[in-house]
This record gives sequence, structure tokens and C-alpha cells, in this order.
Amino acid sequence: MAMQLTGEQQAILDGAQGEVMAKVMRSLVMYGETFGAEKMVPVTSKYGHTVISFGIGVMKPVYDLYDQLIAAGALPRQKFSADPLPLDKNVPSNLLQDIIFKGIMYSQQKRYEEQLRKFGLMSEDAYTCACYLDEVGNTPEKGEVLSWAESSAVVYANSVLGARCNRNSGMIELMGSIAGCVPYFGLLTDDGRKADWIVEVRTEKRPEAQLLGSAVGMKVMEQVPYIRGLDKWLGTELNDENRAYLKDFGAATASNGAVGLYHIENLTPEAKEQGESLIREGAKVYVIDDAELERVKAGYPCVWKDPSAKPKLCFIGCPHLTKGQLKDWTDRIEAALKKNGLEKVTVPTVMTAPPAIAREYARSWDGARLEKTGVILSYICPLMYMNNPMSGKMPVITCSNTLRTYTTAKYYTEDEILGMITGGVR
Amino acid sequence: MAKSFKGRSVVPGRCTAEALVSHGGFNTLASFQMAMMFGDKKVKCGDQNNPDLYKKPMAGKALCLPQTIGSTTGGMVLYTACATGNQPACLLFSMTIDSLAASGAILAANWTDADMPVVDQLGDEFLDYVKDGMQISVSEDGTVTVD
Repeated sequence: MAMQLTGEQQAILDGAQGEVMAKVMRSLVMYGETFGAEKMVPVTSKYGHTVISFGIGVMKPVYDLYDQLIAAGALPRQKFSADPLPLDKNVPSNLLQDIIFKGIMYSQQKRYEEQLRKFGLMSEDAYTCACYLDEVGNTPEKGEVLSWAESSAVVYANSVLGARCNRNSGMIELMGSIAGCVPYFGLLTDDGRKADWIVEVRTEKRPEAQLLGSAVGMKVMEQVPYIRGLDKWLGTELNDENRAYLKDFGAATASNGAVGLYHIENLTPEAKEQGESLIREGAKVYVIDDAELERVKAGYPCVWKDPSAKPKLCFIGCPHLTKGQLKDWTDRIEAALKKNGLEKVTVPTVMTAPPAIAREYARSWDGARLEKTGVILSYICPLMYMNNPMSGKMPVITCSNTLRTYTTAKYYTEDEILGMITGGVR
Repeated sequence: MAKSFKGRSVVPGRCTAEALVSHGGFNTLASFQMAMMFGDKKVKCGDQNNPDLYKKPMAGKALCLPQTIGSTTGGMVLYTACATGNQPACLLFSMTIDSLAASGAILAANWTDADMPVVDQLGDEFLDYVKDGMQISVSEDGTVTVD
């Protein structure tokens, strides 16, 4: 079905603003028509978010295309945040890693950061996957239409904030911000936000967010789950602690599957408002108990050359941690070290957070306590760090199911990680 | 004996290639990133969570899959594979194509010279029938013939 465009949109498509803008509009129109969109709708959020934050050498064609956009004056109509930067000198790396990082892998980094400034980056503190946190300032309102990419941010914006955004790919999200409109389909529509699955959580304890998200993502893939029984563990208030839990849960659903929206009964905004009317007739049912979570975890492959190798590095914070999570980890690490008669962590550990949060935390009393434990605080993207082939050979541990999915990092639950880095478990 | 399946042509084109089959969701970033990083011309799949494809060469194959999953860099990764000539011969989806794969295929069609036909909605039967190494022919109208 051909899409009905406004006069302005049709003129752009016909080349009134040049060939490059015509190609931008053509890409968006083809994208919409693939999914049966009948029209474009305006992007109504104040800010965009792009998933691409790295100037990686092998992606040179992407930056060449971006040069074409800039040269043609095809710039976003809104400022935007971007995913975390791939490099931070505070994160441990050896000489060979540095040579590969700076000399080979991220050879396009300076070029790309300059492109982002020209496109309209919100600020130098806007490099984070958790752009929706208050401290970052890119928090959409309920019902706003976004042109975002970054799977963990999209699923959070849809589910926890009630904004409307499809799981756009990198590049196409920027084109939506440039054109100021996105095709109306999928998660932008009321029907696309209905649940195809009912997930019954029947665990005996509060499920680990990233493990539960993994199980849900692997089962429902790109469909929308309506989750029952989690309010037993989280309650019914969207407080800071629950938002952090849902951030991690959603990231795992999006990386281990392709979930763009979930509803949590009695907790997330649309589930609170609409209840079970969100569930489609004939929705499939998936029951998750403790045994199912164990089964999912046991199924993760370990791709270390020596599966029993001693971990050389630990990453906590993919997606980036909230201020509350930093405080919680500080308390837990400090207490565990004290219990084990130690002062410093026994595995080099990096905790990652948005730049503004990391900087403020480092200056605080709690930040000083964290520093005393030997933990490094960074704004880096752990995934980008692990992309280095030299890093990929290292035995790295993490409690992030996203990092596990894309790299050789090995997943452990938060309690297991705590034990491993504080000398409680060898 | 040849068997034909009729799908929807998302990016029209014709090709003949050997099948490579993923029964689970195809994680584009996880599958391509190591090969692209190392300049692996065969583009061996790096997704440890995909037992069907892990370590198998993907370049020039008729990639048969249900949908893609994972990071929203997926479309950009697919675009880059096309821009550098490291793309599969075609993408054949049993389900309706997902938004990330569609983005990558559409960006490649509009902004590169790469030729990568994309057909979706081929049905579960297609993915049950096709096996690694079978000869695949794709027609402009979305008909896929498996030999």
C-alpha cells in the first residue's frame, strides 16, 4: 500500500530539498511501507537518541554517508544524546590493547565525534545508553513520538515512560530526526502495543532482572509480553529502585530477544491504566519459575578458551548504572570486603554510569568509599571495550546479559559477581 | 526435486546461491562484528548463541532465517556489510521482516550499489524444508525455489 504523504513530505521525496533529502525521505517511506504504514507522524519528543557513538574503522561507510548528509545540510531538527563512548583511559588496558583500540579499531572516532557535534549532540555529557535518566535530561513524556535507536533505551521509553518508538536501527533513527517524521506503524499504534504473550512469574524469590529479561526475550522474541506476578516482588510504585530494575530487565529482553515494549501488571503506566484489556485474544502463556531461570542460565555458552580461568576483569553497568545502583553496589562491596577481611576488590572491576552521574558520584562521600575498594568508575561502553580482539581473549565476568550476548564476557548473577570480586568465592 | 515458496519481495532482485539456515533469531551485531573487525572475507558467523550458524561463512550465501534480533545497531551493521561487499547473497525470512533488518536492507538499497534481494513471509514450512547447502533461486516477484 502506498503511503499518504503530506504536501511537504511529497515535495521532499520529489527532490525539492535536493537529492540527499529525497533519499532520506525515500528510506523512511520504504521503511514504513514495508510495515504497512499509511502515513508519517511528526516526531514530538524534544530530543532524539542515536545508538552510534563509536568511530569504528570497519564502519567507515556509515561516516561517509553522514558526511554526505552534513554536506547537503540534511541535519536533525532536534538535538540528541548518543550511546556511551568506547574509550576511557581509566579503564585497565595493556599497551597492545591501546594500540589496537586507538590505532586500528577506533580510527574514525575523532571524525565521528565531530560529525555528532555538527548534527546537534545535546552536550559532551550526553554519551550514555541510559539517556532517559533525570541527570542526563532526555526523558520523554508519555505518548510522545520518538525517533530513537538503542534497544535498551527504546524498550525503557516505551514500557516505563509510555512514550512511543519503534525498534529503529542506527542510521534510520537519525533520518527520522532529520525529516522530523517517522512512519506510523508497530509500537506507535494502539494495536501494536497489545500483548501477544502472558508471562506468569512464579518464582520463590525476587528474580534477577537480567536473567528474567533474558528468559522473556528468548521466548517472546519481538512480541509484546504482559507480565503477571512481578508486582509481588516489585510492588506497584514506579520508584527509583523499580525503574533501575526495569532498565536492566528491559535491556536483557531487547538483547536476548527483540522486545521493544513490555507491560508489567500493576506497575508500568499502560498496564496500570488499561490492565488486561492490553492482552490480545489467544495470547500465549509462558510460566517462569526458579527452575526455568536456572535452565536459561545453564544454557548460556562459555566461550573462554579455559572455562576455569581466573577472571581478569569485571564489568558492572551495561546498561549504565543509576546513582542509586552505584550506592547499592558500593554498600554491598564494602560490606563483603569487610566480612572477608579485605580492603580492595580481588578482580579488577569497572562500574559504568552516565558521565554526569559518574562525575558527581566520584566527588561524593559514597564515591570516595567506592574508590577505596579499588573499583574503577567509568562512562565507557563495556561492549565497545570488549570488541577489541585482545579484550575478547580475556576472561571477563559480568552481571550484564547484554554484554554476555555480544561478547565473550561470562555471565554471573549479581550475588555471584559480588562473591567473586570480594574474595568470597574463587 | 525443486520446491517453490512464494513470499513478499521487500527489496526486489534475483540471485542464485547456496542456503545457510538459522532456525533461531539471527543476531546481526553478534553475527557480523568479529568478522568485520578482523576483515574476514568469508564473514564467519561470530554469534556463540546461534548453534546453527556459529563459525560458518555467511558471505555470498542465501541466508534463511525467521527474523533478526538483538542490538539496534543491526541495520547499520547490515548496511556496512553491503557497502563493503561482505553481504549475504540474499536474505530470506520465514516471518515478516523485523524493523532492524528492514532498515539495513532499505538503507543498502538506497545508499549503496550492493545487490541483496530480500524476501519475507515465506512461512514456517520454508524454514523446515530448506537445509544448509541446498541451491536457492530468488525471483523478482518474491518466489524462492529450493533445489
